[in-house]
Amino acid sequence: MEGNTAINNPSTNPGDTPGALHKDPDVAIFGFWVFMMSDLIFFGVVFAIYITMIGATAGGPGPRELFDFGSLFAQTMLLLTSSLTVGIATVTMKHQRSQASFLFWVVLTLVLGLGFLVLELYDFSAMAAKGGVPQRSGYLSAFFGLVPLHGLHVTFGCLWMLVLIAQIWCVGMVDIIKLRFLRLALFWHFLDLIWIGIFSVVYFGGWIYG
Amino acid sequence: MDWKVGSPVGFLQLSHPALEWRFFHLPRLTLVFLFFLPFLLSPGQVSAAESFLVPLGPIAQEQKTHFLWVIALTMVAIFPVFILVPVILIKYRRKKGHGIYAPKWESYGPLELMMWGVPFMVILVLSSMLWRATSRLDPYQAVEGVLPPIQMQVVGLDWKWLFIYPDLGIATVGELVIPVHTPVSMTLTSDTVMQSFLISALAGQIYVMPGMTTKLNFIASKTGETEGENTQFTGRGFADQKFTVSVRSEEEFHTWSEQVRAVGIELDTATYHRLAERSTRRKAHSELATAQMPAKAIYFTLPNLQLFRDIVMRYHSGKPLSIEEQPGTEKFGRSRDAVKDAQP
Amino acid sequence: MSSADHFWLGKLNWDSIVFSSFLHNPSVSEAVASAAGSIVIFATLATLGLMTWYRVWGMLWSEWLTSTDHKKIGIMYIVFALVMLTRGLLEGMVMRAQQAAAPEGFLYADHFAQLFSTHGTIMVFFVAVPFLVGIINYVMPLQIGARDVAFPVLNQISLAVTVSSGLLMMISLVVGEFSTGGWSAYPPYTGADFSPGVGPDYWIWAIVFSGVGTTLTGINFTVTILKCRCPGMRPFRMPMFCWTALCSSILMIFALPPLSVAALMLGLDRYLDFHFFTNDLGGNMMNYANLFWLFGHPEVYLLVLPAYGVFSEVFSTFSAKRLYGYKSLVFATASIAVLSFTVWLHHFFTMGQSPTINIVFGIATMLIAVPTGVKVYDWMATMYRGRIRFTAPMIYAIGFLILFVVGGLTGVILANPTVDFQVHNTLFLVAHFHNVLIPGVLFGLLAGYNYWFPKAFGFRLNDKLGRLSAFLWIAGFMMTFLPLYGAGLLGMPRRSFSYMDLTFKPFMVVAFIGAMVILAALITIVVQLIVSVRNRNQNRVPVGDPWDGRSLEWSIPAPVPSYNFAQLPRVTERDAFTEAKEQGYAYQPPKVYRDIELPKNNSLGFILCVTSGVLMFALVWYMWWLALASALLILGAVIASSFRWESEQVISASEVQSDTERWLGLVKKSQAVDRDFENTPQNTGYAKLEH
Repeated sequence: MEGNTAINNPSTNPGDTPGALHKDPDVAIFGFWVFMMSDLIFFGVVFAIYITMIGATAGGPGPRELFDFGSLFAQTMLLLTSSLTVGIATVTMKHQRSQASFLFWVVLTLVLGLGFLVLELYDFSAMAAKGGVPQRSGYLSAFFGLVPLHGLHVTFGCLWMLVLIAQIWCVGMVDIIKLRFLRLALFWHFLDLIWIGIFSVVYFGGWIYG
Repeated sequence: MDWKVGSPVGFLQLSHPALEWRFFHLPRLTLVFLFFLPFLLSPGQVSAAESFLVPLGPIAQEQKTHFLWVIALTMVAIFPVFILVPVILIKYRRKKGHGIYAPKWESYGPLELMMWGVPFMVILVLSSMLWRATSRLDPYQAVEGVLPPIQMQVVGLDWKWLFIYPDLGIATVGELVIPVHTPVSMTLTSDTVMQSFLISALAGQIYVMPGMTTKLNFIASKTGETEGENTQFTGRGFADQKFTVSVRSEEEFHTWSEQVRAVGIELDTATYHRLAERSTRRKAHSELATAQMPAKAIYFTLPNLQLFRDIVMRYHSGKPLSIEEQPGTEKFGRSRDAVKDAQP
Repeated sequence: MSSADHFWLGKLNWDSIVFSSFLHNPSVSEAVASAAGSIVIFATLATLGLMTWYRVWGMLWSEWLTSTDHKKIGIMYIVFALVMLTRGLLEGMVMRAQQAAAPEGFLYADHFAQLFSTHGTIMVFFVAVPFLVGIINYVMPLQIGARDVAFPVLNQISLAVTVSSGLLMMISLVVGEFSTGGWSAYPPYTGADFSPGVGPDYWIWAIVFSGVGTTLTGINFTVTILKCRCPGMRPFRMPMFCWTALCSSILMIFALPPLSVAALMLGLDRYLDFHFFTNDLGGNMMNYANLFWLFGHPEVYLLVLPAYGVFSEVFSTFSAKRLYGYKSLVFATASIAVLSFTVWLHHFFTMGQSPTINIVFGIATMLIAVPTGVKVYDWMATMYRGRIRFTAPMIYAIGFLILFVVGGLTGVILANPTVDFQVHNTLFLVAHFHNVLIPGVLFGLLAGYNYWFPKAFGFRLNDKLGRLSAFLWIAGFMMTFLPLYGAGLLGMPRRSFSYMDLTFKPFMVVAFIGAMVILAALITIVVQLIVSVRNRNQNRVPVGDPWDGRSLEWSIPAPVPSYNFAQLPRVTERDAFTEAKEQGYAYQPPKVYRDIELPKNNSLGFILCVTSGVLMFALVWYMWWLALASALLILGAVIASSFRWESEQVISASEVQSDTERWLGLVKKSQAVDRDFENTPQNTGYAKLEH
């Protein structure tokens, strides 16, 4: 590693900017990877707590009474599709397609993400109607400590997308925006990965062992 | 290369014997002195009877022996530091130092091997000792004894310990009496926050937690008195949460249990509630004890032999336990002016 | 959440102010509390008043509060840490006085409990962490030949949230009370049932926010070291300090999340009636213990590794010799960092798990002694065949070497579950971790402070007073904490505000005298700073190399220009600057002067400091409207700052050239100083080579 080299990340396509990239984009991307690593530990620890709490229903409703796998399937599909669309948006950016097509894919991702959140909130309210509130038991506390944590991340991802769209509207597809979008895409894939974990551990695992 | 590795002990030879003495011994003597200073200062009242250093039973005895062995073995690795640091400092000090100067010396294979090897060997030996001692002194494992073990149940309350003798139908607070040479098998829980139960002269400590039970097994090999305590901070009365431990002969123990049964008050639900309130042992004593009981202890008889089980199971009812129902909180039981309880 | 709370003020009312309890109950204990509160208020007012009097606000704002310069951020971290150190140390004094005066005593039990809780929380999170983060911030980019850290604004934000949570700790002295549950805040004691007041809430938010700051710092440092090194600075050419900083930063990334999770779950239990750690409805306090120590043990190494790094630099520089066993030390550092994640259970051997588990964790714990022992031997070998100068940093280092092995010995003792069953939760444990944290961490940080001070400010600290302070620290430490080993072996539990057994009294009296010596050591540090500032003109080292240093930070002027290096260095060897001096290419002008881009000042950090402080305070006192408002402000500020497109400022090549040429002229005029005179006015920072 011989110091800061020129901008060499193929997917950023450096161009005219306000806000020049003073640094190797690799540094920013790598920094974001490290952040996700830390976030992964955060999630991992909450997962571990959930696993230890699977039996702690204290006479309250458990996974079998509460989970609605139809809705979960829909949520999973929405999130997986949004991962695909964010990937297409990245490719669009890489090949310097029109800004409109790029924005189309980003907005589609945003809509899918919001759809996921709506379904998730609907699920939570359905659970609450069956007595599945976090105040009821250690198990439900662990559930509501973990799943909404992911939901909160998705919410932030959506907010981030909104801000990026606003910024593109202000200054167009400049380097720094591309770099930010690359990180957002990473983040979005990461949330997808976490969701797969939630689906298999929280929902399936809970259903089997709960 | 302007340096050579001479004989391995060559650099130990010093040029100033007087200096050598001073540097060798001064820091260590100060250390030793400081460590023992408090012992010297205390005029005849060092009664270390509450410590595992003066054990009353084989478990604490073994813990003490293990403690001393660990120190001795670790010394193999750290004693050279105490010796060599002063030596190096004298010999290679810039002013008036007489050592060789080798500014680029940065690695020497055999030395590296020793640096890694010696501590590793020491830890290896210590690990095997640790392995054996830890499995042998597992507090959950029943202690071998000629006599059948005495079963005991211990409940941690704020800020006192309740000792239940289920087989005898009695219970005490503030005083634990056990027969000598009889294995003691304790099951412990807490009816408040987490606490840690320790009778240092007999066995190590174990945590007690509400809704859960832990176990502690030990045996006393001589009669005598010592003290037990809670070591996990639990609030303002914590420093007072001690109890007398009395190891007595079989007959004396029998007499004592008869006496408890004779003078003890009934530990019914109402009494237990008053006992479980946030109060020091002294306060509880003044409220509950009768004139026939000793100054520091409260004696009970047990109408409900399932008391211990009830205490543990209350946390598993599946219903929320309101703050008024939770012993150890300020709101449990009647309201009281507990603030000044534990002031000096 | 009782409905009795006021809409605007939440739980806050007149009785929350510390002075009100004193008026209700004028006792010594309350007087001590009120005095502490008054000190906070008067110190704040006095500082603000003086700054207004001397009209420094403008300068403070443009040069410091909005600065993104890693050097200034580092200095601010250290100033903050020293202020907090003073508080933590005074709390220690009061506790020692109470135990020495026991059984009579003068403090209420609850007051004593707040003291040990704040003392621990402050010393770990607001002294040790910011102090070492400050030193790494200042030194590490210079040592790897970088212009700044990888993310300068993030660096500023880390400082902001660390300081605001430290300020929250200070506010807890005046408004309301702090937690009584110790620095580890074990539930259920700290749960809503048993601690209904605001105390644990203060703890939770201070921990969560400072934890965010530390995690971001870890990310920042890791990326900086891995990605921003100057040409030729291969990993195995980095100074030892950078390796320890790297390992420590990685620990920050991995170890802080469990703590944040634990604290947030405790918060959910307290605020929203969740049941993670409650007694009823399936809560499990053992999960908390696991989470807390899953953080807590790596934390210990997170603190001590950078101190090891400082000692490595100090031993090598003041023995005028290469660091012995560099590769061994790197390997030992890395293995300590890895092993530190495998030992957390030794903090609760006594929880009733199977002996097999205890054996595994006990042996893992003892294994850490191996690389640690290697380090000690390596430092000894570094001094061996050197030319040792007994300067202040070196006195700290030698004191560390001797005392730290005592801490290592007691660590090995505690790693044995068999013995731990006896001495766990006693003063023996307290003595052990102070033995590791004071000689290990604090001595290292103070050595670093003395060592790098001239680099940061351009003049040397008074070495005589520095040495005096070091000796006082060593003596004070020994007198305070060695007796605690004895008292612990005799069975005195930690956190006892009083005791009936007079056996402990002499131990406590000696420890109290020791605490006074430590106080004297702290005062000496202050005096040293005042004396050195006053005599600064005789002690200037503008050339920049007062100690015949070996790494890159000594190759540039003192104080360091904002852009660090006129031209990024090219490194061919470990001990790059020594190599340059020996080969004669030190102090050469760059071939070409270029414009240098630096991050612009940014007010985001300051805004976040204020808003996050308000947010925490509002959360502690249940002022929901204020919490929501400040949270939205935080979000808004971050979004708004992402719309700043011009984040760079340019330093022109001509400015760099004139700076550098002026400095090189000074170098030519300077007399190379022999090491015998390094603490005399002759030392202008131009070192004569040792032969």
